[in-house]
Amino acid sequence: MKHSITLGKVSKFMGLGFLTTFKDLFTGKLEKEDFKNFLRKVVVPLASIFLFIGLWHAGSKSLYNIEADFRINKALEEQGQVAADAVAACIALGEDSSCQPNTLPSPAQVWGSYKSLLRDHNIISADKAAFIEKTAVLNEKRVADGKDPIVYTGRPSFVDQIFRSLQTVFAGFLLALLIAVPLGIFIGLSPTLKSSFNWFIQIFKPVSPVVWYLLVFMIVKTLLIGSSEDSSFTISFISVGLCSMWATLVNTAMGVSSVDKDYINVAKVLKLGTFQKIFKVVLPSSLPLIFTGLKITLSVAWMVLIAIELLAQSPGLGLFVWEEFQNGANDSNAKIIVAMFVIGIIGFLLDRLMLTIQNWVSFDKTDAI
Amino acid sequence: MAYLELNNIYKTYGQGENETEVLSNINLSIEEGEFVAIVGFTGSGKTTLVNLINGLLEPTKGEVLFKGEPVQGTSHERGVIFQNYSLLPWLTVGQNIFMAVKEAFPKKSKTELNTIVADYVDMVSLTPAINKRPKELSGGMRQRVAVARALAMKPEMIIMDEPLGALDALTRGNLQDEILNIWGKDKRTALLITNDVDEGIYMADRIIPLRPGPNATLGPEFKIDIERPRDKTEMNDNANFKETRNAIIEYLMDIGEERKSEAKAEFVLPDLSPKDFVNQFK
Ligand SMILES: Nc1ncnc2c1ncn2[C@@H]1O[C@H](COP(=O)(O)OP(=O)(O)OP(=O)(O)O)[C@@H](O)[C@H]1O
Ligand SMILES: [Mg+2]
Repeated sequence: MKHSITLGKVSKFMGLGFLTTFKDLFTGKLEKEDFKNFLRKVVVPLASIFLFIGLWHAGSKSLYNIEADFRINKALEEQGQVAADAVAACIALGEDSSCQPNTLPSPAQVWGSYKSLLRDHNIISADKAAFIEKTAVLNEKRVADGKDPIVYTGRPSFVDQIFRSLQTVFAGFLLALLIAVPLGIFIGLSPTLKSSFNWFIQIFKPVSPVVWYLLVFMIVKTLLIGSSEDSSFTISFISVGLCSMWATLVNTAMGVSSVDKDYINVAKVLKLGTFQKIFKVVLPSSLPLIFTGLKITLSVAWMVLIAIELLAQSPGLGLFVWEEFQNGANDSNAKIIVAMFVIGIIGFLLDRLMLTIQNWVSFDKTDAI
Repeated sequence: MAYLELNNIYKTYGQGENETEVLSNINLSIEEGEFVAIVGFTGSGKTTLVNLINGLLEPTKGEVLFKGEPVQGTSHERGVIFQNYSLLPWLTVGQNIFMAVKEAFPKKSKTELNTIVADYVDMVSLTPAINKRPKELSGGMRQRVAVARALAMKPEMIIMDEPLGALDALTRGNLQDEILNIWGKDKRTALLITNDVDEGIYMADRIIPLRPGPNATLGPEFKIDIERPRDKTEMNDNANFKETRNAIIEYLMDIGEERKSEAKAEFVLPDLSPKDFVNQFK
């Protein structure tokens, strides 16, 4: 059977059903009964976004005023009227960062920072492209001579940081998958292994990402002793993997050990071999639970990534946030908020991605929530 | 020596306080080529009995002998049609049957196996649904897949646990004939669990009631001396048929009454768990 893949189907499959409503709106296909649906799925969410931005704006403004008043009053008390006037003027002018209130940035400031980060990215990309072009001929010669090519070592842009973070999280996720799924299958298949591993899982599951980082750091540092390579990426992705794999481990073990007795009976009556039984019966039947675990693993991995990158000084969004915080420039706070939104949106998209894959492989095609 | 022999079988579930004896002192012997039907009330232990014979369960006491050897685990020689279909939901109709056929005939080529699958799918008239998954089928269609899967393995003995329960009268009749057909070819042996006395009389050589559990035992057997091939409409006028049918129904009514009066006296609820009930609606 062939399915024609439409926008509606794909978006519904991915749990983005509201896109269909949007399309209907523009193609004029909206029926009267659909109006209520449209109100609920498009108007209300949009209104809530505007409400959120409005509240944020008002909140940041009042925080700004509190901090500004405090600075002026402090100057008045400590240095007199003239100094206070100077501070007030400085704040009103908004150029010198040293006198600016350092508080929650407004939505407009954040939007401005977002655009400036993109501009920065464009400049760096152009720079990089020019560099690569310039060194292309030279590098060819160097490679031919058996020497290492010259690589661009300039400052990474915000977008580069995002990709570094995604790399780290996928490497960590892959590690978690490769460890937790096979281990979970073994544990789930044998009650003996299950009881002997139980304490292990219970103890290590709640350990905080910071401690995992330190543990991995101790081990990797020793293993790579004498090597001049930068181990921060290795350390951070291993920490992310170890920290996030528990949900998959527990769910896989649970799925494998709770396969419907009827299916096991079928496997017995057909006399399937162990291998066949695992791959044809046990795994397909526990796939939904395994994927629920993987979904949790990926979102945990993304969540702890920021903290671990920050600790490991491994390039990525975590390090970006930390450096901006340390930097204390005029727009640092706004950049941190930009990073926050980017982290949130990517987290959401990763979750949707997993849901899509889960729906794809699952035999029980329930609608996405 | 009988083909299948059950000697003093006892089966208990649970341990300690929860221990219940479902089957008590079951004795049964089936000759090669015979078709035996067992009728019984729900919850009396029919599925338990079936699982003891196919090797999924072991008796607490007593022995099950198949061709003189004690039954140890399952075997391709004894094909099973499960009461709750037990199809694998992630495989299509064709794949469900293919998996079974492949295990039963490991030496056959893929094309040969596919031909067998197609034949049996056609036999249960599911060719249009061969690429569908169990979720997309009606209860009756699923049951037909389960029948096709068991028969396609060409077992020496066919064990059927209420295989036609969810079917309408017409399809039921067709499948009864198909099963009889396959049983008649190469002289196979069959054990049919059913709750339909007429079905038992139409298909079997002997009908044995299973008395309600706990401590279910087998009742007296009823021989069906009607020439094969049997004809449904003619049979209704057959004196032998009427007599046997009345005798069995009377016997079952009597134990039904017994059970009722017992229940009245003690007000104990029978120890029934709705396990199969739930599975039927999956
Ligand atoms: N695994 C089990 N553990 C404990 N008790 C069980 C188990 N399986 C069945 N029983 C009990 O044994 C009794 C007989 O069950 P069984 O499934 O054999 O009945 P049945 O005759 O097949 O019923 P039905 O006609 O509804 O299919 C029931 O009281 C049931 O509760
Ligand atoms: Mg049963």
